[in-house]
Amino acid sequence: MLDFFKQASGSHETTLAPPPAEPAEVRLNINGQQHTLQIAPWVSLLDALREYIGFTGTKKGCDHGQCGACTVLVDGVRINSCMTLAIMRDGQEITTIEGLSHGKELHPMQKAFIDHDAFQCGYCTPGQICSAVGLINEGKANNLEDIKELMSGNICRCGAYTNINAAIIQVKGEVQS
Amino acid sequence: MKTDYIGKPTSRVDGALKVTGTAKYAAEFSADGLTYGYVVSSTIAQGTIKKIDLEEALNLKGVLQIFTHENVSGLAWFDRSYKDEDAVAGSPFRPLYDKKIRYSMQPIALVVAETFELARYAASIIKVEYTTESHISDLKENIPNSFKAPKGKVGFKPPVSRGDAKEAFENAPVKIASEYIHSAEHHNPMEIYATTVVMEPDGKLTVYDKTQGVSNCQAYISKIFGLSAKEVRVMSPFMGGGFGSGLRPQYQLFLAVLASLELKRSVKVSLTRQQMFSFGHRPASVQQMALSASPDGTLQSIAHTAYGETSMFEDYTEVVVNWSGLVYQCENVEQKYDLVKLNTYTPLDMRAPGAASGFHAIESAMDELAYALKMDPLALRLKNYAERDQNDKKPFSSKALRACYAEGAAKFGWDKRSIEPRSMREGNNLIGWGMATGSWDAMQMKATANAVLTADGKLTVGSGTSDIGTGTYTIMTQIAAETLGLPIENVTFKLGDTLLPEAPLEGGSWTATSVGSAVQSVCTTIKEQVFKLAKKVKNSPFANADLKEVNFDNGEISLKLNPSKTLSITDVMKQSGKVSIEEEATTMPNPIHMLEYSFNSHSAVFVEVKVDEDLGTVVVSRVVSAIAAGKILNPKTARSQILGAVVWGISMALEEDSVVDNNFGRFINHNLSEYHVAVNKDINDIEVIFVEEKDDVINPLGIKGLGEIGLVGVAGAVANAVFHATGHRVYNLPITMDKVLGLSE
Repeated sequence: MLDFFKQASGSHETTLAPPPAEPAEVRLNINGQQHTLQIAPWVSLLDALREYIGFTGTKKGCDHGQCGACTVLVDGVRINSCMTLAIMRDGQEITTIEGLSHGKELHPMQKAFIDHDAFQCGYCTPGQICSAVGLINEGKANNLEDIKELMSGNICRCGAYTNINAAIIQVKGEVQS
Repeated sequence: MKTDYIGKPTSRVDGALKVTGTAKYAAEFSADGLTYGYVVSSTIAQGTIKKIDLEEALNLKGVLQIFTHENVSGLAWFDRSYKDEDAVAGSPFRPLYDKKIRYSMQPIALVVAETFELARYAASIIKVEYTTESHISDLKENIPNSFKAPKGKVGFKPPVSRGDAKEAFENAPVKIASEYIHSAEHHNPMEIYATTVVMEPDGKLTVYDKTQGVSNCQAYISKIFGLSAKEVRVMSPFMGGGFGSGLRPQYQLFLAVLASLELKRSVKVSLTRQQMFSFGHRPASVQQMALSASPDGTLQSIAHTAYGETSMFEDYTEVVVNWSGLVYQCENVEQKYDLVKLNTYTPLDMRAPGAASGFHAIESAMDELAYALKMDPLALRLKNYAERDQNDKKPFSSKALRACYAEGAAKFGWDKRSIEPRSMREGNNLIGWGMATGSWDAMQMKATANAVLTADGKLTVGSGTSDIGTGTYTIMTQIAAETLGLPIENVTFKLGDTLLPEAPLEGGSWTATSVGSAVQSVCTTIKEQVFKLAKKVKNSPFANADLKEVNFDNGEISLKLNPSKTLSITDVMKQSGKVSIEEEATTMPNPIHMLEYSFNSHSAVFVEVKVDEDLGTVVVSRVVSAIAAGKILNPKTARSQILGAVVWGISMALEEDSVVDNNFGRFINHNLSEYHVAVNKDINDIEVIFVEEKDDVINPLGIKGLGEIGLVGVAGAVANAVFHATGHRVYNLPITMDKVLGLSE
């Protein structure tokens, strides 16, 4: 923190920066498949997915846990994958958007998103869908007001919120019936 | 099965790609030996770089190079090489050009390393010394230094005055005058700006860029780096939101190409969310409105002045004040539009540029005038309904705004409104109903599309346009399928590639009209060719028929008068021995119609707010948006566009505020936690109405475009509803609780 202020104020004192992190073995169980990576401990789960494995369905929107675009499910619970280091998830079951569909068979939430036109540009969509699946897993989304509150961690700049909620209500109804 | 898709609600053809995460955006392409760039941003707003110490960062294993103004040279000299299709008057920003700092967060270095994490780390240990000079960042304080907005931007119309607004204002019995201030807003599409440059084995570049215009970026790179068009292919198959931010090439494109050419490597440069506040934005503005009327509500004068911010190096212009002379009938109109230079990046078109802020002032002022007249706000608008465009002295090609008012008001229940402020209440909430008018230009640009019909009855159509979430892929597929009478699944539309025929920038609400017209035209040509072949096949039922006498539907051609006589398109191709038919078509707006008519879309927006009397918090509980925009190609995606635009309007009215700390000349809330945009919880009922509007003049499809119109008017309607609820008028956006309670302005 001190270095930051020194830099910001134009100070030119020499600082000895610590050496960069060295790679280590990390085993990630993603969508039922085991991936063994040699990555430095400072790699976020989000970057591990996108840059080291090639699962680019999980999106980077802010890298600070402020937008929800990077939402994935870890042991069925939705988390922001930018806010966790990959190495912290060694051995846990990670589900990304790529793991929700089976071949051409879409997950009911994915289908509902298409039916209700619950997206425009599509960039927040994988995060919205994973978050919606996580929400239903939590068993909390009992009415529209709950859904709105509990989906507010996923920003959609195209403003598809009302359609997203309609999709979630449809899937919620299907699950209950 | 009927293949008349135009006008039918149709799910997005790219929907499955988007919900499965397989749609690929600019930062999601890879290449062998891909390297990563990370941008270092300036911490001061005005001054020079005295010293930039790279040593420690360069010594890190895996850091390949750090580009700064000290080691970048040999590029194009003249401004014209840096001008792009959406450039404004002045000298375009040149990244890493010299030691001068012109705005806070200016890119001053690009670190390129083997991994993203290493590039980021290296960027954090670069030490920069500045010579700081005083900066200018306060718009209002610097209005005395304003100057007349110059020409230079394509499509910018300087304001026009008529009659004598000053004298009319002085003599009028009822009058109001107010000032409105808008904060700057940042587009903040969900996808962060990124460019992946793939260095091909032959040295050519394939550039995946986040842009609303691939050909604009190709031309920009070619001119600056002295490359031929053949050496640079720019692609953008998907774009995670644009809202205007991708109309000009952003600096990460320049930096990624620079690094790739220098290092002979593939390079990816992604900005951070914080750096999304380091290029264009909707400019802050100060507007002054003065209206006067006779006691029956007839407008006597409109005076509208706007001061917009611009950068030290360019003069950004948008149409802010002209709308007031367009939407209402009035003989005395005075319009003035000035700019103020600040240490900021050049502002950039942001959804409904000029209109979003201009209409907030116009429509708030009309509401205030209605109260001064003790008149219903909707009645005042109808009293001054403009049948003609008085700015340009032309009739409208079509204008169904009356229908917007009528249908919107009926759906909303406007007739149940009590006029007095603070007269509607629900527990601790004050209820307010407000309304506003909106308008946007319905423009068409030159566009080219090509199409290939193959013997298996499959059609591939292409044009180098974009789909920024608007639904371009889908509507173009609908137009092509219906024109040639093919099942939609047999049609593929391609876009976002400089190998495709050139399309205009994706903006201004003109993509549906421009590219749609080209697609319709090229498919019509193919249809004519198919029919020519069909007439010649053995025992053709159409030997003596004319194209007008047949239907193309579901892959078959049939006689209108005798539908049992049919030939399938695949049979025609087979019997004629044709492997494929390929055509290209270019369309432009009708130049005679352009001279004779004004082309505009219109809207009427009705808003209900609930304001907590003690806390001053505002909830928009209900919106009805009635839109007149010609024929609607796809009511499903069109509705979504308007829903999204209403969300934007609510967000603009209540939340969005790029706060400048004048001590540092810097946007201080440059992240999505402190720069508030509407989230799910902020949005309630939104009803969209498309009123019937037939337009035979504008283009053969009769369409006007929808990208902007849904936003225009929303902020004004929210502000008017807040006044109706509370009796306190908040003139400055965003309308936050402190302003509602009268604790600040």
